[in-house]
Amino acid sequence: MSQQTALPVMTPKATGQRKSLISLDNRYLAPAFITCILLAGHLTFGILESYQKTLLAIVTSIGMELMLGRIFFRKWLHPASAYITGISVGILVRSPAFWPYALCSAISITSKYVLRVKDRHIWNPSNFGISVMLFLAAGTVASLSIQWGNYLWPMLVIWGLGSVIIARLHRFHITGIYVASFIAFAFVRSWMTGSPWLAEVAPITGPMYQLFIFFMITDPKTTVRTKRGQCIVVFLVALLEMVLRLGQVVYAPFYALFIVGPAAMLVEIWLDSRRALSAKVVAAQ
Amino acid sequence: MSGSPIARILLLIFFLGLLATPLIVKRYSAKSAAGQSGNEAASLARHGFYLKEVSSEAGINFVHQAPALDPQLNPIMPEVASMGASVSIVDFDRDGWPDIYVTNSAIGSKNCLFRNLGNGTFKEVAGELGIADVNQAGTGVSTGAVWGDYDNDGYEDLFLIKWGRPELYHNDHGHGFTRVSEQAGLPPWINANTAVWFDYDGDGLLDLFVGGYYASDIDLWHLTTTRIMPDSFEYAKNGGRKYLFHNLGNGKFEEVSAKVGINSNRWALAAAVADLRGTGHPDLFVANDYGVSELYFNDGAKFREVGQQTGVGFAPKSGMNAAFGDILNQGRYAVYVSNISEDGILIQGNNLWIPKDGTAGDAIRYENLARDFGVELGGWSFGAQFGDLNNDGTLDLYLVNGYISLDRNRSYWYDFSKVAGGNSTIIGDAKNWPAFEGRSLSGYQTKRVWLNDGAGKFIDVAQSVGVTDTYDGRSVALADLWNRGVLDVVVANQKGPLLLYKNTVTPENEWIEFQLEGVRSNRSAIGAEVTLFFNGQKQVQTVSGGSGFSAQNERRLHFGLGKNPHVEKAVIRWPSGKIQTIESPAVHQLLAIKEPA
Repeated sequence: MSQQTALPVMTPKATGQRKSLISLDNRYLAPAFITCILLAGHLTFGILESYQKTLLAIVTSIGMELMLGRIFFRKWLHPASAYITGISVGILVRSPAFWPYALCSAISITSKYVLRVKDRHIWNPSNFGISVMLFLAAGTVASLSIQWGNYLWPMLVIWGLGSVIIARLHRFHITGIYVASFIAFAFVRSWMTGSPWLAEVAPITGPMYQLFIFFMITDPKTTVRTKRGQCIVVFLVALLEMVLRLGQVVYAPFYALFIVGPAAMLVEIWLDSRRALSAKVVAAQ
Repeated sequence: MSGSPIARILLLIFFLGLLATPLIVKRYSAKSAAGQSGNEAASLARHGFYLKEVSSEAGINFVHQAPALDPQLNPIMPEVASMGASVSIVDFDRDGWPDIYVTNSAIGSKNCLFRNLGNGTFKEVAGELGIADVNQAGTGVSTGAVWGDYDNDGYEDLFLIKWGRPELYHNDHGHGFTRVSEQAGLPPWINANTAVWFDYDGDGLLDLFVGGYYASDIDLWHLTTTRIMPDSFEYAKNGGRKYLFHNLGNGKFEEVSAKVGINSNRWALAAAVADLRGTGHPDLFVANDYGVSELYFNDGAKFREVGQQTGVGFAPKSGMNAAFGDILNQGRYAVYVSNISEDGILIQGNNLWIPKDGTAGDAIRYENLARDFGVELGGWSFGAQFGDLNNDGTLDLYLVNGYISLDRNRSYWYDFSKVAGGNSTIIGDAKNWPAFEGRSLSGYQTKRVWLNDGAGKFIDVAQSVGVTDTYDGRSVALADLWNRGVLDVVVANQKGPLLLYKNTVTPENEWIEFQLEGVRSNRSAIGAEVTLFFNGQKQVQTVSGGSGFSAQNERRLHFGLGKNPHVEKAVIRWPSGKIQTIESPAVHQLLAIKEPA
């Protein structure tokens, strides 16, 4: 899930405006939202195997962020972003052991400082951490999306709240394109494999998927800047996911974002540098 | 981003170290595993026992047949018809030799009762005794059996667990069985996988708990709807209801579950009973598929569900087994619940619930120490039983596993995980589940024989002690089949052969066994507890009316004692409340004890 969805993206437009609960400059909005989801899910369904594991993920994440931020940015970074990473790990990682929670958080946060191009980190941190854990620690870690009950109302609550927040953050188009693409590709998969269409649609009806589409794919720091580019990228994520699903990859959405997300970022960075070079040449002439 | 080049290099090294950690952990875990495939002599020397599969030599040639349900379920038939193989141990004719009863699950197939001839072989006698042809069309099929002397005539009677019409057979003094289901007042249909005999109210008569799996109004052979699946993978409450049949003493039973506080529609797969609080009233543990386990504290007349309060009913998993064992020789029971673990897809982990230090009585709390003890990962686990397999004085754990073994190279896991995460309207309807098409789902798994080192660790020695089968194991029962003072193992496999593992134990390790018979208590002595004080420690065991998954061990209690043991005393607590102490019992013997008047 996103670490930056609600981080302050301070725009001139926002500066000076009355702070609203639902606005870009409210860095506590996303942490509060995801905390509410977690608490509601736990109090109604008992989704957490233990408080300690989730706490471990959060503490590790914040601790790493503070430490690395101090070393490499020479300041104490605001912990909201790391909090979301930690809580995301606490929700998405399922393991009877404690160490994967700490390790996944540590990998996620550290990846932001190591895997950088032109001073931008290109992987969504929790997507990177979880994908790595699922790939390298398959015997200890899973993330099957069945931990929120399979009922309609939690899904509607998350859809409702998530849509409002994402719309106010001007990123609903990303979620919308992804959902539309997923459903369309579900038809294609059903047609190709003979599997019931509802079976192909089933994953997106799970509340875990809602967290994926509201938080992870909308991460401002690891998505391209233009609206058109965002739409293309998220469509490609859904397309690659379909290909992976045809190959029966259980964690297709994570891996699709893991591959397409940074690739898109690299393309954008390359285009930016070309534009900058052209501008330089023009300026020199 | 700033930072010196050295700091950046150190950060990179740190990051690579983090990435390498899972691989290091994996390598370390693999190294910790016990040695593989030993021979008999090596296994005896190293582990103190060896298991040899002898079903053919013993004259047992039984292969379980799975049910074929309504054709509407054909695409996912391997999954919905994946249970039914079971084994229970009973000395039905009181000749002193444990016999074996196994269920079959295809319409028209026959259950078998293998009478122990005492010479190493068995003879199938179910047909002549009237308990073979019990899977007739229109009556459903067998999924398990538990034995208990409900009328206290000295002979164990048979309750047949079915997806269909439940059956009670009265044992006519070992010469035959009479079907008494209607007279007893049993309902016409229950889709159950578990039942357990116990005397919940201490009136000296065995009562019967039956846990429903599919809802009782579903006839799996004539479906009116395909909406029969669980409405959630972890929170389903659309399963079968629970029954508690109170024995009225005149051959009749009264269904009292609601009256005594047992109300649940979870998908029960296993139940077991033991007095967890020392109150003299046996408590009931129910392991549920698609949800949390339930623990019912019994106050003698009423039950209270305390799963969340005690810690065992907090995290929903796929409970498929319930077995009690005093694994630390502290006079307290641990509970073992099996679940699903599949690398990279679903790591539920099995649960070993151990009472927390300093908690007891109503305030007892459990913590899951399966990982610490090394009994967490057992694949798609099913039945498990505690028993001292090498007579070293500590209880070991035998686990069978493997769900559906079809095409080795194609897995159904992707489709399973896809639908399992879906909304209840999708997951709950069988027609939305993709077709199996011959694929496996956690098939061909190796079993676990976890040896208790007595210091809080279990080591899997299955391969080295001769347990190398990879059938789809369902039910396991332990018994001293040939009265040798060792526990043999009987395994029922779904669509597979019945396996008989004959145990050879190093002779230096001593043992003692107890065969109890109630007088004021129920005659089967189910619920009686023996606490054996030996070598400065104590181990408690209880006579069980069913435990594990669709299984029942022999009623005798077997205690391994190790080398040169010093046995101080055995304290028997009868279900009637009477306490009997036997000072310094001699080892190497079976003690037959009748409840004092």
